[in-house]
Amino acid sequence: MSGQNGHPGRAMTDSTTTTVAPPVTGSGRIGDSPLRPDGTLKVTGEFAYASDLWHDEMCWGVTLRSPHPHARIAGIDITEALTVPGVWAVLTADDVPGDNAFGLEHADQPVLASEFVRYEGEPVALVAADHPETARRAAKKIRVDYEVLPAVTDPRRAMDPDAPAVHRPGNLVRHLKLRRGEVDPVAPVVVSLDFEVGMQDQAFLGPESGLAVPAEDGGVDLYVATQWLHVDQRQICLALGMPTEKVRLTLSGVGGAFGGREDLSVHVHACLLALRTGKPVKMSYGREESFFGHVHRHPAVMHYEFGAETDGTLVYAKSDVLLDGGAYASSTNAVVGNAGTLGLGPYRIPNVAVDAYGVFTNNPPCGAMRGFGCVQAAFAHEALMDELADAVGVDRVEIRQRNGMREGDRNITGQIIDSAAPVAELLQIVRDLPMPPPLDPSDIRALPGAVGNTTHGEGVRRGIGYSVTYKNVGFSEGFDDYSTARVRLEMTGGEAVATVHTAAAEVGQGLITVEQQICRTELGVERVVVHPKNTSVGSGGSTSASRQTYVTGGAVKAACEAVRAAVLERASMGLGRPAADLRLDGEKIVGTSGEVLASLGEVLGDDAVEETVEWHHRPTHAIDPETGQGDAHVQFAFSAHRAVVDVDVELGLVKVVALDTAQDVGRAINPDAVLGQIHGGSAQGMGLALMEEIIVTDGHVRNPSFTDYLIPTILDMPPMQVKVLEYADPHAPYGVRGVGEPPTISSGPAVAAAVRDATKKPLRRVPIRPEHITGT
Amino acid sequence: MDFLQPTTWAEALTLRAERPDALPIAGGTDVMVDLNFDRRRPGALLDLGRVAELREWGADDGRIRLGAGVPYARVIEDLGAQLPGLAMASRTVGSPQIRIRGTVGGNLGSASPAGDAHPPLLAAGAVVEIASAARGVRLVPAAEFYLGVKRNALEPDELIAAVLVPAAAGPQQFCKVGTRNAMVIAVSAFACALHPDRGAVGTGIGSAAPTPRRAPEAETFLAGELEAAGLWESRGELPETLAAAFGERVAAAASPIDDVRGSAAYRLHSLAVMARRAATWAWNDYRKAA
Ligand SMILES: Cc1cc2nc3c(=O)[nH]c(=O)nc-3n(C[C@H](O)[C@H](O)[C@H](O)COP(=O)(O)OP(=O)(O)OC[C@H]3O[C@@H](n4cnc5c(N)ncnc54)[C@H](O)[C@@H]3O)c2cc1C
Repeated sequence: MSGQNGHPGRAMTDSTTTTVAPPVTGSGRIGDSPLRPDGTLKVTGEFAYASDLWHDEMCWGVTLRSPHPHARIAGIDITEALTVPGVWAVLTADDVPGDNAFGLEHADQPVLASEFVRYEGEPVALVAADHPETARRAAKKIRVDYEVLPAVTDPRRAMDPDAPAVHRPGNLVRHLKLRRGEVDPVAPVVVSLDFEVGMQDQAFLGPESGLAVPAEDGGVDLYVATQWLHVDQRQICLALGMPTEKVRLTLSGVGGAFGGREDLSVHVHACLLALRTGKPVKMSYGREESFFGHVHRHPAVMHYEFGAETDGTLVYAKSDVLLDGGAYASSTNAVVGNAGTLGLGPYRIPNVAVDAYGVFTNNPPCGAMRGFGCVQAAFAHEALMDELADAVGVDRVEIRQRNGMREGDRNITGQIIDSAAPVAELLQIVRDLPMPPPLDPSDIRALPGAVGNTTHGEGVRRGIGYSVTYKNVGFSEGFDDYSTARVRLEMTGGEAVATVHTAAAEVGQGLITVEQQICRTELGVERVVVHPKNTSVGSGGSTSASRQTYVTGGAVKAACEAVRAAVLERASMGLGRPAADLRLDGEKIVGTSGEVLASLGEVLGDDAVEETVEWHHRPTHAIDPETGQGDAHVQFAFSAHRAVVDVDVELGLVKVVALDTAQDVGRAINPDAVLGQIHGGSAQGMGLALMEEIIVTDGHVRNPSFTDYLIPTILDMPPMQVKVLEYADPHAPYGVRGVGEPPTISSGPAVAAAVRDATKKPLRRVPIRPEHITGT
Repeated sequence: MDFLQPTTWAEALTLRAERPDALPIAGGTDVMVDLNFDRRRPGALLDLGRVAELREWGADDGRIRLGAGVPYARVIEDLGAQLPGLAMASRTVGSPQIRIRGTVGGNLGSASPAGDAHPPLLAAGAVVEIASAARGVRLVPAAEFYLGVKRNALEPDELIAAVLVPAAAGPQQFCKVGTRNAMVIAVSAFACALHPDRGAVGTGIGSAAPTPRRAPEAETFLAGELEAAGLWESRGELPETLAAAFGERVAAAASPIDDVRGSAAYRLHSLAVMARRAATWAWNDYRKAA
């Protein structure tokens, strides 16, 4: 690959799921794929997840939840529950010592409902008992007197001025208004559509779990699976009415997150019970409770319109996006921000009118999930781009290339794209990848329906779909986004050892390995110990927004540089040479012409050199409230997918035959981990296109189980061809670009497009169900 | 909760009679889910796992006697030729782990309208062998065994000993629609069996009525048309219109509901399509077998 827009292009990494990973080579520095410390343990079932937490003295906490989407609590009677033998405590809202409110952006969610419950599954009371079953049975003996209230469950209805208010003053969480260019642009070709996206769940495999241990100082130590220890700590302290130093958090084994662990779950509840009983308290949700215990992806109702020249060049774009935030704010505000500022896709559009809304309803709260507002919008803008291509008679890939952003362009908020924007190239790559072989009816596992044996080739049509999308990396709109790293270098048993300590959550993505790789690269040592993640070091920021390799990676790099400078300073004094003339190479101090002057051991002796650095990415800015203009984001990540599907059009069953992708990652710090993110993200996006939906009727979740909330299996996910581009972002550490979310955004729209291509049906809602295809 | 572990069939039947509060458990793939969700709180579990007879199958006079405790994995491995419909259905059950634990007897015990063993048992004309300590053995045809949603013909003191399935005298097919390509509960399912020896057609419908059920009118219709056109003899092609008319009649026999897994209308539509295709495949196999 040649360089693009002046950046040196690095070699492309090429891989498919069918090739065996190459043997580990190199020294475990950046660009290598050293074995992950958790890898073997996870595959053999020995990894300790938060649900494996144990303390010999512990008791178990359970949560009593509201059965109603909206009700007034007239009274709670806990007397009978308290009499159950083995019960240690029963708590209600009255027992919350601090603020009975938490929330990522607005503290609007009660720790335990006091006057009202606003969604089905809202926590109302807690029980601690010797055994989880005892606690569950006692919880059933709590009498809650509910006065059921009418529930607002349609987000369109929630916007009506006369709709009942879920919160005062009203149901609007945010209206993002964005205007650019002409007020009433006209174009010779106009296309428009309505699109709906259902409620997706993160469906992480390790349900919410934590263990709170009361401490001698009157505080509490919480071991928990989460995405951001410090934002949890802040909210827990407010609820407990305790200072920061009394509430200490340690990350436990996390079984996936995808945004679903940004909001609190067991955290405050376990601490309350531990402080009340004076005993360690474990809380661990089952699968069904997990569906009620975390936020979901916002369902969306969207209207889009494109105006274009007769050759397909965009003249204007309009979008109207309505996101159902459910009962509490969570991160709806920021999700609306993304759906608005990024919701027209990676295209050059001179004239723009966007209105994006987030509203309260009595549906389950919605918040962060991988792709964060871009996922919903991408289904609409990519479907409409196909419509436009057909309307003007231009090829569907070509029209995207023609309108695709390039480096130096301004996006719809007026921000200049100041690093690679290889939209056209990504599309060209996926288009040129080899096509899968034609349908082979001799192996039913390869057909729609698989061993269900519903077709031997009858009714099967093949379809191809393309999609290209982009996403911001890191936190946006003026948020001060940073991470903290403490790095220490010392000699142990004659060997140099670096210890890296951050609070950045490892949720399965491989951050621990990345931290080690950076330390090895910067300090030239082999042995790098990763300190347990906890709150005794500064915030690492959230493991979300595809940001940890960038931001915590940046902090670790900066801390290593500070350690290196301190070591060289020490050496300089001993050697009587200016530090600027010295380098740290392996475990040696070398001079300007490479001559070894001292060993690291000689310089350090018995001392340790330790540095802590708080590293901030470039500032972003709030957007203008009237025009939506502003430099809202720090970095953009681009990806494209090509999906090939076989659809049994008579039965409406789909087999995804190929799901190939190209993505620019700036710099692959760990190429295997990059591929893992791309494979997993693509599967998750495909899941939303074809099967993943929490079905909510009148505020009630109807499928809170893996029996009926379906996620793709190995027979649903094809092997992938993945092309990774590495156009370094000059503003980011090592040139990295966030990797985790883009594949989730572009894969679903490509799959949906392929199904439309095969069926010749409009299919304006995802997940696409068989009955949408058959019309029955 | 007591855990009862009989090692002989006689002991199992005695315990069943003595402990009406005991819940039999075979593979446990339904029972353990119910216990986990606190949907059942039996006084005891009656573990049938140590009763060796239940885990055996044998052939006898053109019939396969399939012990209630034979897991799906064994059906797939051992009985693909004699019970092709049941073997095809077994392949679609859950995951490899579930197929190793789960049993046909357990499927009958649960009597879920979505149980995958039921349609092929109905199509093949299977008979359920039921036993009690007090009254010995009685035989209930599969078509009379399912009484309502998750209700079957067992009395409180009875256990399922086996299911007796005629070895296939002709081609059989099983089709199951689910919204993903593996590990899925049937949205709708259909089985058919050709019985050329007696000029008959068998059917079974799953997930499209309160119980698994046959489509008797469709069976006599297709058998009659095949007879009238001399097709059993000539092994000529199955006319497309006939296959389609059969499909319509199968759908007409169902009475599905709307639920999270699918709409009633889709269930009817998919049954018609599956029945048309399955009849055609079975017939083509019959022609090839000549
Ligand atoms: C992940 C998963 C996926 C599944 N997928 C499918 C699927 O695709 N298709 C499908 O049909 N089912 C599926 N099931 C359900 C289940 O596996 C089947 O119904 C299976 O046949 C049950 O058999 P078992 O031996 O495990 O029964 P158990 O759970 O042991 O028992 C089931 C019932 O039968 C009773 N019983 C068992 N043996 C006897 C006996 N000899 N006499 C009287 N009563 C008896 C029990 O008391 C109980 O009521 C799935 C289950 C799980 C957990």
